[in-house]
This record gives sequence, C-alpha cells and structure tokens, in this order.
Amino acid sequence: MFDKIFPYLLAGVSVGGQYALIAVGYTMVYGILRLINFAHGDIFTAAGFFMVYISATMPLYLAIPLVTVLTVALGFTVERVAYKPLRTAPRMSIMISAIGVSYLLQNLMWYITGGLAKQYPVLPWISDSITLGSASTKVVTIVTPILTIVLVTALVMLIQRTKIGMAMRAVSKDFETAELMGIKINSVISTTFIIGSFLAAVGSMLYFTNYTTVTPTIGAMPGLKAFVAAVFGGIGSIPGAVVGAFIIGIAENLIRAMGYTTFSDAFTFALLILILLVKPTGLFGEKTSEKV
Amino acid sequence: MSSMLIVKDLKVNYGGIEALKGISFEVEQGQIVTLIGANGAGKSTTLRAISGLVKTASGAINFMGRDIIPFNAQQVVAEGIAMVPEGRRVFENLTVKENLKIGAYLRKDREEIEAGIEDIYQRFPRLKEREWQLAGTLSGGEQQMLAVGRAMMARPKLLMMDEPSLGLAPLVVKDIFAIIRELKSEGITILLIEQNANAALRCADMAYVLETGNITMSGTGQALLADQRVRDAYLGSTAR
Ligand SMILES: Nc1ncnc2c1ncn2[C@@H]1O[C@H](COP(=O)(O)OP(=O)(O)OP(=O)(O)O)[C@@H](O)[C@H]1O
Ligand SMILES: [Mg+2]
Repeated sequence: MFDKIFPYLLAGVSVGGQYALIAVGYTMVYGILRLINFAHGDIFTAAGFFMVYISATMPLYLAIPLVTVLTVALGFTVERVAYKPLRTAPRMSIMISAIGVSYLLQNLMWYITGGLAKQYPVLPWISDSITLGSASTKVVTIVTPILTIVLVTALVMLIQRTKIGMAMRAVSKDFETAELMGIKINSVISTTFIIGSFLAAVGSMLYFTNYTTVTPTIGAMPGLKAFVAAVFGGIGSIPGAVVGAFIIGIAENLIRAMGYTTFSDAFTFALLILILLVKPTGLFGEKTSEKV
Repeated sequence: MSSMLIVKDLKVNYGGIEALKGISFEVEQGQIVTLIGANGAGKSTTLRAISGLVKTASGAINFMGRDIIPFNAQQVVAEGIAMVPEGRRVFENLTVKENLKIGAYLRKDREEIEAGIEDIYQRFPRLKEREWQLAGTLSGGEQQMLAVGRAMMARPKLLMMDEPSLGLAPLVVKDIFAIIRELKSEGITILLIEQNANAALRCADMAYVLETGNITMSGTGQALLADQRVRDAYLGSTAR
C-alpha cells in the first residue's frame, strides 16, 4: 500500500515546493499592494523561455544566473511600467493593468516562439535519475522541497530581522506613514517584485526539469494553482502560501494515486471553494483592513 | 535672524475644493507655534503640505533657507522635519521597539539609535514594558506616546504634531503637554495642531487661528488666550 502511494507522495511534495516558490510572489505582492499580479504566472513562463533560448547560445553555468537576472529584470520592469503609474488610481485599474500585462506577455511569447513547444535543456545533476524505495524519480524531486524551505526561511528571516524587511512590513500597512519615516516606497515595492520574480525563476528551473517542454501558456496552470495556494493559505501570508502550496501539491497527487487523474485539477478548485466557505481569510490569513 | 520655517501664501486644492486659500505664517527656531481652528479649517492640510504628502497649488514653503515645495515626503524627513500624524498611525504589525527603530530609518548612527530608544523608554516607561508587543495591541494613549516617540527618533529640527491629545484621558493629555514643553526646553522647535485650544495656547509662543482655509488671527499664545473672539469661538466654557 505505502509502496504504491510513496512515489505520488514524493511527487506531491516536489510539485508543492514548485507551487510554493510561485505562490510567495503572489502573496508578497498582494501583501504590499493589495494587487493580484496576474502577470506572475507569465513571468514564470518567460523564465522558461529565457532558459530555452539562452542555453542554446552559452553554457549552463552562465545561462542559469543570466536567466535569473533577466526574470528579475522582467518582474521589476512590469511593476515600474504597468503598476507604478497607477499607484493612486482605484484598485480596479491596476488589476486590469495586470490582466493586460499577462496577455501582453503571453502574446509576445506566442509571437517569438511561433506557438511551438520548446524543449527545455537538461540541467545537470537535478535531472539525474535516482531510486528511493519504491519510487524512481529525478534528483529534482528531492531537491525542490529542500531548496524551497531554505529559500523561504531565508526570506522570512529577511522580513523579520532586517531593516529592509521592517520597511516592507511598514509599507504593507500604511504607505503614507512609511513615507513620513523616510522610507522610499517605490524601492520597497520594487524589492518585493524582485524577490517574487527571483523565486519564480528558481521555481521555473525546477518545474521545467520535470515537465521538459515550454509553451506560452504553460505557466497558466501552475500559476493558477500557486495563486489558489496563496489564497488557501491566507493571501498576504508567506508561511500560509507555502503550507497551502504543499497541501495542494500533495493532495492532487494523492488523488492521482487513487486513479482519479482527470479530477486532480478540479479537486484543487473545489478545495479552494470549500476553504473560502469555511474560512474566508484562508488558513493563516488575518482580517485585512482596506488600506488608506 | 530669519525664521526656521516660513510659509508664504500657501494654497492647496483637493479637486475643486480650496482647502488652503493662501496662508502665511512663520515658525521661529526653538519656539512652540500652534495652529488652532475648527474641524475642516485646513490644519492637517497645512502640515501635510509641509511634509510633502499633498501637492501645493501655489505659494512657498521655506525651511532653514531652502525651498522645500518640490520635495517629496522622504526628502522632507531628510531635511529634519518629523511628523506625528493625525490619528497616531503607529505600525500595528510592528513591535513597539520596531516602531521606534523605524522612526530613525534615515539615521546611520546605530549606537546612538539604541541610546535614543532608551531615552524614549525613560520618558515613557509604559513603552519599555511593552517593548516586544505589537503596537496594535497598545491602548490609544500608549499608541500616542509611541507616535510621539517614533517622531522623536528621527531627531528632527522641527517636530510637527497633529492633534497629539485627541481622544486621550485628561491625565494623559497633561502628560503629552508636559512632554511638549520638555521637548521645547531641549531645543526642539514644535509646530502643534490642537483641538484643545486652551492647553495649546498656554504653551505656545506664537499662535495662528485658521478659519476655512484662511489665517484670521495671530499673536502670542497669551494674547490669543485673552482675546474675546478666540475665547468665544475656541475656548468655550473651558476658559477661566
Ligand atoms: N483627501 C481629501 N480630499 C478632498 N478633500 C479633503 C481631503 N482632505 C481634506 N479635505 C478637505 O479639506 C478641508 C480641510 O481639511 P483638514 O483635514 O485640513 O482639516 P482640519 O483642520 O485638520 O480638521 P480636523 O480638525 O477635523 O482634523 C476639509 O474641508 C476637508 O473636507
Ligand atoms: Mg485634522
């Protein structure tokens, strides 16, 4: 029995970690701007394409850092161009802008790739096969949850223990008063996008090592699941997003283990509805007051 | 010698509403200057314009010889103007100590910041007891003390306070005014807004009366306290 479930459990923990790395970007941006960054999943996809094209022209040890830098630059630019000018506009305007950016990025990717699926390069070591008990899998399956925990722990330390982290918490509560303290709001907001995009870049490397092809819309599903995880955990809460992501990853794979593969996505959303009915603020969510 | 802060013919509009219709006043170094006026007169707007939170329509704001009209809020703090905003606005999700630390956000002198925090704790022992508590769990009066302490952590040359005594029990109000006097004796210049006109005028060197966007009277605190029109309009039955 356990032998049969174990490989699924392992896959669930792994994909949960990948969702978590994306979910943190959603939840941090929401925490500071009260914005659902619909473009976040597309930034994740773009990271995949960056790797496809860049690894074709240079060795991986250069491609990996360059892809990370480009993804971060993309996230930063999206915020500066599409969100920053709308800082004082009604919340709905910036949401629409986010949806616009999402489609713009998707269309750009269609245009550049011609809509064809591209083969993701084989990243060394994490693509190696290993056997763990009853599961034969790739190293990435083991690496993902560990790396996720390490990165998220580092992030939580940053937010709780450092000066910039304190500024982020202050800005997330009250823009105006944060400005009165001498905090540069725009730098703090940019920092959040940089961190979120960095984690999405790492997440994409782990994700595409498992799924191996990149298409312009491939980020939609993991992006949506990560978003669900963030809402499920209580949007705005980083630990919440991580716990939510692992629960979703594990649960959908257990459903596969039971033979209901077709329903595994539907399950995720059913879970979301259920949670929102029972606890509208999510697992770790606090009642957020509207920001002045 | 020219004044520390010179506001000249300052106008501020919110959409179509003229909140300030061209006000002029000055704050001398080392003094307590107070603005009094009814609700909606434009007192908070004046402070928000000085601190760079709202755009001015016209006029000049000169601080220590520099035109600060083009400065944003962050630059104004860097010039040495700190504010205790209306309604306290402490960061509820930060601890008491972090709220004090964040007041010193632009300062680089780490050790002196620690000493500054200790100094605030001496003034407000309540805050020391609640050092690690989230500011959101403090009582209203304690939050007000924290807001004052936080602004002091910036080591401002000019401290602007927007109704620091609002909603506080009489005893706490007395404490707040004692602190204001003490700050003055330490050489900090203060621009104070108060509903409690009586107490404000008592400690003010200079006072201005603001009525629907215009300054209609000015004089020393003592002079306005004695003025019949001020007594009728702002002091009510609290005047002796
Ligand atoms: N953001 C805003 N948008 C539109 N009108 C505003 C805004 N802020 C203030 N006003 C208006 O400007 C005028 C002055 O407001 P202000 O807050 O400066 O008054 P105040 O003297 O501080 O009053 P109070 O004693 O009630 O705090 C009021 O008529 C107010 O309605
Ligand atoms: Mg006011």
